[in-house]
Amino acid sequence: MRAYTPKDDVQKNPYYTDRYWVAPQVAKSDVSEDEVFAADLEAIKAAFDVSDAYIQVGQMVVIINAADNYGVIELMKNTLEYNQLSELSAIDWLAQEGKFEIFYQMLSMSKRKRIRVKCKIDEKESIQSVSSLFRSADWSEREMYDMFGVVINNHPFMKRILMPDDWEGFPLRKTYPLQGDEFAQWYEVDKLFGKEARDIIGPEIRDSARVDRYDTERFARLGHEVPRGADISQGEPDTPLCYQEGDGVFLIEKFDAEKSVVISDRDR
Amino acid sequence: MAQHQVNYLKDGGLPVALTTIDKVVNWGRSNSLWALTYGLACCGIEMMASGASRYDFDRFGTIFRASPRQAELMVVAGTLTKKHAEFIRRLYDQMTEPKWVISMGSCANTGGMFNTYATVQGVDRVIPVDLYLPGCAPRPETLQYAVLLLQQKIRRESASRAQKPKRLM
Repeated sequence: MRAYTPKDDVQKNPYYTDRYWVAPQVAKSDVSEDEVFAADLEAIKAAFDVSDAYIQVGQMVVIINAADNYGVIELMKNTLEYNQLSELSAIDWLAQEGKFEIFYQMLSMSKRKRIRVKCKIDEKESIQSVSSLFRSADWSEREMYDMFGVVINNHPFMKRILMPDDWEGFPLRKTYPLQGDEFAQWYEVDKLFGKEARDIIGPEIRDSARVDRYDTERFARLGHEVPRGADISQGEPDTPLCYQEGDGVFLIEKFDAEKSVVISDRDR
Repeated sequence: MAQHQVNYLKDGGLPVALTTIDKVVNWGRSNSLWALTYGLACCGIEMMASGASRYDFDRFGTIFRASPRQAELMVVAGTLTKKHAEFIRRLYDQMTEPKWVISMGSCANTGGMFNTYATVQGVDRVIPVDLYLPGCAPRPETLQYAVLLLQQKIRRESASRAQKPKRLM
């Protein structure tokens, strides 16, 4: 039997303090546990400022200053043999700390190790491009700019990559609404027909739960087609599949459902 | 030339058919619907299957063309993103009158499950649609049925429809 716990003040002592479930932190271990990582960290520490470093799920995480990002990646590529930049992006911590976290996921094919280099920048701060070291950073940095609005210095082609060039707003920020802000909701109407067409075309119907079973203005049930706008609240007639209207088409023999045979054997 | 004698009054009747210009023109139009290849997403795969030999769209006179100048039917097969809305409108405008549009699948009809900032919530916000085809994705049989329904619609219309092009707004 479970041990008794007093239930007097249940409402005053809520079990959960957070409104939503918060994922537990993955356990961190010390870098000295892995000699390859320890040697790499020593090499980075010799040249740059490292504010924190630990091992998480077999990968070393190194937290550096944002100004050193190019130097650290260059050192890791040229001397520490981390020859692949497999991922690069930002994380939006604007609500919590007013900062973006930029991470570079590096892979060493010779050492068979992965290191994640992290740094934090302010919302309006820009960061140095590493696309001259890794070609993969080119598009990743453009995507980071497109989705978060992080401006990259010395990038060869600093334009949006996924959204249209005339887009406003950065969709992957936590403050961006999933169904789009006003600009996004009217984007195609404004662009193609002009703002004055908004009244004519009307707002987007975004309610995914909206079902109008008796809507014949826009929908017709297959096999139960009725004229547009007909009232079908009292039920609608069956309209059997009819491939030709009336008495058929000129020169073409009319399909007769009575004479047709349904083949049940699919392998025939 | 036939070598034998044909008695037109007996064998199959006179080689004369009486009809109206509207009927003849619409008969031709409805049975040679050339479609623009417009596969935007997974519905495009079903559209390709419809065009290939198993389902065989050619027997309905529907031949896929890669140029809007040669097409009169646009089967919007798939999710239309906001970035692409401009181009679908341009391609629609490049098609010659008369032209028809089939909106194929949930995404093209209403945006479908992509209730997001980047998806146009139904192609009818951008181009006028003649036929909405439900399904996710509709099977090739459904697309065939849609084309046959569109043929019926074309035959009901006046042949000189070209003089009053459809307007979205």
